[in-house]
Amino acid sequence: MSEPVIALKGVSKRFGKSFDLAARLTRSARRAMGADLPDQTVRAVDNIDLSVAKGEVLGLVGESGCGKSTIGRMVAGIMPPSDGEVFWKGRNITAMAPDAMRKATLAVQMIFQDPYASLNPRMRVEDIVAEAPRVHNMIPRGQDTAYIDAQLTRAGLDPAYKRRYPHQFSGGQRQRIGIARALAVQPEFLVCDEAVAALDVSIQAQILNLFMDLREQLDLTYLFISHDLGVVEHLSDRVVIMYLGRIVEEAPTEEIFARPNHPYTQALLAEVPRIDTRKRQFTAIKGEIPSPLNPPPGCHFHPRCPAAMPRCREAAPVLREIAPHHRSACHLNGS
Amino acid sequence: MTHTLQVEGLSTHFDTRAGLVKAVDNVSFHIDRGEVLGLVGESGSGKSVTGFSLLGLVDSPGRIAAGRILFQGGNLVGLPEPELRALRGNRIAMIFQDPMMTLNPVLRIDTQMMETVHAHANVSAAEARTRARDALGQVGIPSPDERLHAYPHQFSGGMRQRVAIAIALLHRPDLIIADEPTTALDVTIQAQILAEVQKLARDNGTALMWITHDLSVVAGLADRIAVMYAGRIVETGSVTAVLDRPMHPYTAGLIGSVPSRNRRGTRLRQIPGMTPSLIDLPEGCAFRTRCPRADAACARDPQDSHPTADRTLRCFHPHLDFEA
Repeated sequence: MSEPVIALKGVSKRFGKSFDLAARLTRSARRAMGADLPDQTVRAVDNIDLSVAKGEVLGLVGESGCGKSTIGRMVAGIMPPSDGEVFWKGRNITAMAPDAMRKATLAVQMIFQDPYASLNPRMRVEDIVAEAPRVHNMIPRGQDTAYIDAQLTRAGLDPAYKRRYPHQFSGGQRQRIGIARALAVQPEFLVCDEAVAALDVSIQAQILNLFMDLREQLDLTYLFISHDLGVVEHLSDRVVIMYLGRIVEEAPTEEIFARPNHPYTQALLAEVPRIDTRKRQFTAIKGEIPSPLNPPPGCHFHPRCPAAMPRCREAAPVLREIAPHHRSACHLNGS
Repeated sequence: MTHTLQVEGLSTHFDTRAGLVKAVDNVSFHIDRGEVLGLVGESGSGKSVTGFSLLGLVDSPGRIAAGRILFQGGNLVGLPEPELRALRGNRIAMIFQDPMMTLNPVLRIDTQMMETVHAHANVSAAEARTRARDALGQVGIPSPDERLHAYPHQFSGGMRQRVAIAIALLHRPDLIIADEPTTALDVTIQAQILAEVQKLARDNGTALMWITHDLSVVAGLADRIAVMYAGRIVETGSVTAVLDRPMHPYTAGLIGSVPSRNRRGTRLRQIPGMTPSLIDLPEGCAFRTRCPRADAACARDPQDSHPTADRTLRCFHPHLDFEA
């Protein structure tokens, strides 16, 4: 495997619950009277190592609250990690000189889930697309029109519509505007956060095809975040499965779908609805996804796990290699 | 045998300032006792309006312009409001995508559930509470006695949807209309809900209409499928027949664009273009502008045909060349 473009080392993200003045006063008063009030901190992402190789599509899968979007945001540089370091082509981003840091952050762009919320409704499409490259002086003098037209065409939009506003477009077309905007600053890396989840099936296929075409044309690397295993299986070279802030398993796509190791991965694969199953008996894994405010001790999955042992309650399993390039965090794999 | 629900030529139109929208246009289908019908379509295909029409829940400017809705033989169209009200939540129940459309955020669960019981049954408060508790237990809510005292915000999304389903079950309805009830839920939670619903239709003989955009969900759940496009049902048949041998080019295109039906890493087959606007939709097959098989004939309206006994199809140029 070639050297990673992006690497996260020991990265965590904590979100503190913020209290207003009244709540702070009551809390300190109750503390003074001896009440035991724990800090309400969510460990959205808990000590994660992750790397994406040049040209790779890495699929990041998990359910609500597992931290997959938070990882996406940290990779895209929108959100700083609470702990740990983010490396761009082997260099620590926070230790870079300002100019190099700007280049590194520009090279990573993000596509969002909601094509309605992620475009400014009061800007024309041409300004949405041109804003960032103008700020960064990426458009040669006098080439504005040609540059914008090229970006729109590449994303599959007719440049004739560039003076329109986002509300004049359908959901699929808006997602194309978001893609054109991201590509306008000539990135090397795209973070797609549930980028096709809000689209109809027939439109979803069009956008996925666009992602695959762009990958070839522009030599892009992707972090593809999704809860949809079918989409991830189709697109990704490698898959990372997360549960409540931790990575539970990672492996090349074919390997993970053929030989899922972690009980959570197995359950997820068993329960994903597939078009080729008929009148199946749904047998669900029990229980709710626990609140990330108060995750279970040890292995976060143990209250729902059919194979849980006493040890799973006590110690969190570490991610260990169980086959070449296949890592899983489960005590069942022995120690 | 009378079908639990038989819909004949149903049309629901909206008179908007921009023009006439035929959200549901001459739609016919039926559901039998204990059967699950998957009504599949993309945004704006009219699948939800069909569901609302069945319960007489279409608000102005919408109106049922034509057709009959036969529930256990009796026509619901034009039925006076009090009689419809006696059926809603009683013999026919509805589950929505967002459970907070069903639940009142400022009332405790027991208040809401007992209210539903008392709406259709003259029983004591204690009996109503018992029925509410049993319904919560039936949909897999742990410690139902305590949970009766909770408010909706104290439940997770999946649990709220279970409460909504429990309310729908209170009067053991003969027909449940479920509009995308698992779309907002996580995979593992969706599987739990589907398990409950499947058991319910099997054990109680409830007829179930499952409205969704997700072919994969109905593949595992439904007995029969009806596919909607631009206000019309273009194809119906058993799940196996429709998913394995789709005859309508739209159905075929839709199934073909599902990633698992394509070889990994290759370009997905896609339907070109996008869904047409329903405002003053011109005559003829609405899919013809996106259809690879369309020709001059498609400018007229295709009529329902029956290629086999249990299938209906609305297309001039269907795929009929499957191996038997």
